[in-house]
Amino acid sequence: MTVEALAKQLSLTALCLPEADRTVEGCYCGDLLSWVMGRAKSGDAWVTIMTNINVVAVASLTDCACVILAEDAQVEPQVLEKAQVQGINLLVSQKDSFALCAEIGALLS
Amino acid sequence: MNDAVVLHFDVDGENFTSAGEASVQVKKTLRQMGFPPEVIRRVSIAMYEGEINMVIHAGGGKADVTVDSDKIHIVLADKGPGIADIDLAMQEGYSTAKDNIRSLGFGAGMGLPNMKRYSDHMEVESALGKGTTITMDIYLS
Ligand SMILES: Nc1ncnc2c1ncn2[C@@H]1O[C@H](COP(=O)(O)OP(=O)(O)OP(=O)(O)O)[C@@H](O)[C@H]1O
Ligand SMILES: [Mg+2]
Repeated sequence: MTVEALAKQLSLTALCLPEADRTVEGCYCGDLLSWVMGRAKSGDAWVTIMTNINVVAVASLTDCACVILAEDAQVEPQVLEKAQVQGINLLVSQKDSFALCAEIGALLS
Repeated sequence: MNDAVVLHFDVDGENFTSAGEASVQVKKTLRQMGFPPEVIRRVSIAMYEGEINMVIHAGGGKADVTVDSDKIHIVLADKGPGIADIDLAMQEGYSTAKDNIRSLGFGAGMGLPNMKRYSDHMEVESALGKGTTITMDIYLS
């Protein structure tokens, strides 16, 4: 499933979608960056409540398909800008991490 | 192709906004050079963890990456406080990160273990009050 399709299915708000056609292959949930760095796989949708600038670097280096910010986590404009430049899909939802992961799990299985 | 490609970065210890920039740049360069995604991933993640550690724990430092025909060699050197007990620091979960750093999502104590995991060879040299130098090799088989 593409990031764009996932966004539609889960009613996510797209903050920036420079790579909308990327395929979501799995999902990883976590807020501790070096934990995510060690465990998230390429093509994962990464669900987190973290929104600082380092999230963009972690998303880029783990090569995840998109970052989904749970619970309406707010993003600074400079973070958005960086995500756009580095080709990171950034989406946000009112739902919490558990609800998002459960729905993604159901969609991917 | 015998000439090694050498990349050098000064890692700013004050600026969290640019933290990780060197690693992202290395990732780009390796991609342009046509390395397999898994090699790029291992190199850039190992380097990012070291780069962030220099920013958080050592007030910045220098990063050198050498791309050879048989391996990618990374040297991260800082003049920070040094690491008192390297074996302890290498353990998963050990961290001295302060609350303000933890609130950014760092401080899981997984950085050094990740570097070990993603490199084929890693050495940590550290002297209290003098600094820390970490070298990592990722072999290209
Ligand atoms: N370059 C360095 N200079 C001084 N101390 C360091 C350096 N790198 C690591 N350390 C020490 O080793 C500890 C463990 O490092 P490690 O990267 O594993 O975890 P962390 O940086 O605390 O958290 P995380 O990497 O999970 O965000 C650090 O908390 C710090 O005390
Ligand atoms: Mg660390």
